[in-house]
Amino acid sequence: MTVQVSRRGLLRGVGSGLAGGTLGALGFGGLEPAMAAAVRPFKLAQMRETRNTCPYCSVSCGVILYSLGDRSKNARSAVMHVEGDPDHPVNRGTLCPKGSALLDFIQSETRTKYPLYRAAGAAEFKRVSWDFALDRIARLLKDDRDRNFVAKNGDLTVNRWTTTGFLGASATTNETAWITYKAVRSMGALVFDNQARV
Amino acid sequence: MADYSSLDIRQRSASTDQPPAIRSHMEVAKLIDVSKCIGCKACQSACEEWNDLRDDIGVNTGVYDNPHDLTPKTWTLMRFTEYENPETQNLEWLIRKDGCMHCTEPGCLKACPSPGAIVQYSNGIVDFIEENCIGCGYCVKGCPFNIPRLSEKDHKAYKCTLCSDRVAVGQAPACAKACPTGSIMFGTKQAMIEQAHDRVEDLQSRGFKNAGLYDPAGVSGTHVMYVLHHNDKPSLYAGLPNDPKISPLVAFWKGGAKVFGLAAMGFAAVAGFFHYVTAGPNEVAPEEEEEAVELDHEKRRNGGSEARPH
Repeated sequence: MTVQVSRRGLLRGVGSGLAGGTLGALGFGGLEPAMAAAVRPFKLAQMRETRNTCPYCSVSCGVILYSLGDRSKNARSAVMHVEGDPDHPVNRGTLCPKGSALLDFIQSETRTKYPLYRAAGAAEFKRVSWDFALDRIARLLKDDRDRNFVAKNGDLTVNRWTTTGFLGASATTNETAWITYKAVRSMGALVFDNQARV
Repeated sequence: MADYSSLDIRQRSASTDQPPAIRSHMEVAKLIDVSKCIGCKACQSACEEWNDLRDDIGVNTGVYDNPHDLTPKTWTLMRFTEYENPETQNLEWLIRKDGCMHCTEPGCLKACPSPGAIVQYSNGIVDFIEENCIGCGYCVKGCPFNIPRLSEKDHKAYKCTLCSDRVAVGQAPACAKACPTGSIMFGTKQAMIEQAHDRVEDLQSRGFKNAGLYDPAGVSGTHVMYVLHHNDKPSLYAGLPNDPKISPLVAFWKGGAKVFGLAAMGFAAVAGFFHYVTAGPNEVAPEEEEEAVELDHEKRRNGGSEARPH
């Protein structure tokens, strides 16, 4: 449907609109209401804080995980923000670019949350139980150690096992690192890095 | 503790009535010590994380700048410059964190025609209130540092807020908190100037005799300041303006031209009104009407369907 506007009607409309706008611009219109600033609300106000350690490198920066949800039965908790822990002596609140982006690491759909197993020749990973995974790791370690353990170098007793390596986590504390060291070395493993230096 | 968390509004775009302020507050400032920056981009990461921005995956242009320019979703950006110092023959890697400077006299605010789309709080932070933004892009032209970016998605302008939401509760901006080398510092403007003077003295004692504080007077100072090793040549740092000024065009359109234009429009309206009262509307005499009808008929007879209804 087209609206029929005569030339005169158009001119009259435009003229009165212009006059009205001009009067408004000259300050005869209603005063602008004093508006409260639309500052974004502080998003951490209602969050739970959990101390943790950055999982990336051996510097092991302290982080605070900010999560929504009060942990009641039917409320799902979700990490919403990650920031450096100002009380942590290593980083005193600061973080590197990777640490600053930890939130996306946590929320990533491809993050490994449980043991996955790809059988020899299979194309896909399958979810398996921790029992299965640990049993299988122990089995493979034992088999490899039985095959390749070196007890003697000539007359000298060395008890070394160099065909399997072990990498400890970066987030371990002194105590867990000590236990890891003892457990791995007791098998004679030499290829070992505990990564954590804290 | 100094109260620098004020969100009282000091300036508001396209508004003549400024709310009066009875409280006095500390002005805040972010001090970026370029000589301590290692270019790790933690500030960029922290900024995107805090402000819930995730920029699109970009392209590599052959330099470390990533993304290669500010975008509506990247409010701060490390800019890398390789500079061969002719005096020392040293290759200097100058890294500058680019982003809004939060000018005391903001060109964007001055240029903005939309009431309340840009405000300046009394602590000095210049904030875009996207709700009031009409997406005209005048702020981009008004900014002496080329900072605001228009979003193609919602056609509104975006830039660094100096984390006004964090500052309002007494916290430092996300970039300043994350910075692992302490290159980004945050506090009252006074404290930051003092801090800068210590750093400048230190740099001068290490052979950077032109080291200085970048707090340009052309925009009456900024609330984001740099410590530069070559303060005599700020443009070395990826084109940081040597003497930033608001474009004279903005001053013209928002000053003289605006007053003149409003006066002309007002005069036209008043003159039109008086003309209507004294001369009255344009009347059509009955003879003229008859003549027009006759002409029309004639046309219809001659041209058939070519005649247009008027």
